[in-house]
Amino acid sequence: MIASADISRAKGPRWNIASWLYISPLVLVLIPFFVVPILVVLVASFLEHDGFGGMIPHFTLVNYASIFTAALTWKLYLSTIKFAVLTWGLTLVIGFWIAYFLVFHVRNQLLAIGLFLLCTVPFWTSNIIRMISWIPLLGKNGLINSALVSTGAIDQPLEFLLFSDFAVVVAYTHQLTIFMIVPIFNAMSRIDKRTLEAARDAGASRFEIMRHIVVPLSRNGIALGSIFVLSIVMGDFFVVKVMSGGGSASVVSALFEDIGVLQYPPAAAASVVLLLVVVIMIALILRTVDVRKEIAR
Amino acid sequence: MSAHPASIARFPKSARRVATYRDENRRPWTFWVLAALFTTYVLALYGPMICIYVLSFQDVRGGLVFPMKGLSLHWFVDLFTQVRTGDVKGGFERSILLAILVTVLTVVGSFMAGLAFRNRFKGDGVVFYLMIGSLVAPGLVLGIGVGLLFQYLGLQASWYTSALGAHLSWTLPFGVLVMFAVMSRFDRAWEEAARDLGATRWQIIRMVVVPILAPGIVAVALFGFTLSYDEFSRTLQTSGPLNTLPLEIWSMTLNVTSPSLYALGTVTTLASFLIIGVCLGAIALMQKRRSNQLGRQQ
Repeated sequence: MIASADISRAKGPRWNIASWLYISPLVLVLIPFFVVPILVVLVASFLEHDGFGGMIPHFTLVNYASIFTAALTWKLYLSTIKFAVLTWGLTLVIGFWIAYFLVFHVRNQLLAIGLFLLCTVPFWTSNIIRMISWIPLLGKNGLINSALVSTGAIDQPLEFLLFSDFAVVVAYTHQLTIFMIVPIFNAMSRIDKRTLEAARDAGASRFEIMRHIVVPLSRNGIALGSIFVLSIVMGDFFVVKVMSGGGSASVVSALFEDIGVLQYPPAAAASVVLLLVVVIMIALILRTVDVRKEIAR
Repeated sequence: MSAHPASIARFPKSARRVATYRDENRRPWTFWVLAALFTTYVLALYGPMICIYVLSFQDVRGGLVFPMKGLSLHWFVDLFTQVRTGDVKGGFERSILLAILVTVLTVVGSFMAGLAFRNRFKGDGVVFYLMIGSLVAPGLVLGIGVGLLFQYLGLQASWYTSALGAHLSWTLPFGVLVMFAVMSRFDRAWEEAARDLGATRWQIIRMVVVPILAPGIVAVALFGFTLSYDEFSRTLQTSGPLNTLPLEIWSMTLNVTSPSLYALGTVTTLASFLIIGVCLGAIALMQKRRSNQLGRQQ
């Protein structure tokens, strides 16, 4: 909320009709399809339910009380946050170095753009299909296990490869690394290469150049990528459900079960709590870097 | 890094570094490490997908894993004939139509919002944070909200109303963020020059801003299309009685354990490549025509 505080100051910008005209399509989508639905969920979370999909207009805190007293809630959040952090770390490390490689090591710019596009092509096919594509590789009789067994490295097929937390993290990383590569690549390609040369001439080591130039100047890309990855993992249930084989659950997959039995108010309360958690996470990232100022320079 | 011989160690630190780094044509060891990482990443990215495309061409004995059994189009036929696979064709058509609608609206909306956000105006912070909120809100949560809202208003949820809105609430913020990145490289002096030459506001946009930003606008369009074509959790509660393709695929992953699923993967991949190819081709054609026109004028 730093930016809005700036605006409200006396010397700040004025009401600008042209700007509001330009922004009106965005606002006309956000109000009926984001603001109002979230308010509806907020209201529903305080209602009683009759167990048959109906909601009784009677204020209650039961839905929230049951969320915060259930041991299951903490387990779900712990498991979801574990997946989010693991995926975030992996996609950040892989995405950062791939972007770095493309921007600073590939000297032919056309080749760099070609390789960059090569990384984005799989994004054009369905996420669900991309996830399922790990089955022939990771399965009990999949390629990896058959290869390991036939070379004699192991006697029994490894069970942990598919339908496990491992498989969930693999699938997330497969799907989401691109969300790190694109913004970091974008930020890095704006770094003037002469800065690095100057630093090198002044005697900076590789590590020092990384720490004092490349990382700080890619900060907005890293922040943006982190926002994408964290919010997608926190809001997902499909990957967890399929890739863990039902062995793990996430906050949203539990929420989905509630909707399946038409328990809207408890699901709404869980939604509100989840939304708050995600918003706090994103707000913490936005505190470290003002995305708008950095991008819209 | 390797230890320096004692003789060099006498020189100041900086001089040594200059000596080692000046040889620009030799690739440093980091190049090879990162090249290996990149290759591994690309293999891991494409490998599994190629596996399922190959496996979808098995014959009737085929299973979900290698080795491949026979070669036929059996599972493609199965995909479109069997009742158990549901309404794949209808879902596919609806998803494509929905994605096209979303793409058009996202391009227009995010372009306009991008123009607006170049200047500060009263209330821009509020709109910006609403946009970020809409981007990060879990899809299923938003889907529930839109579903309940339609239920409360007594409206029938359908893919071209509620699902369209739900998709836009996610693709528009995404598009605006891409627009930010694109517009930050736009030099406003070009606009001023056009204004000085007497261009109207509309002419400036049509003849200066849009052509220069065209690559970025294409990027927004491709983002919008793929995000919508693929969107599952925002569609689940909002699509109404008729399913979109991701919902069909979801129900197939729960019910079908045959290479039909892989055949569906192959078909959807081919379809999206075809659509994207056509789009890129059209753009290339437009640019060629434009450069031809310019050539004739000169």
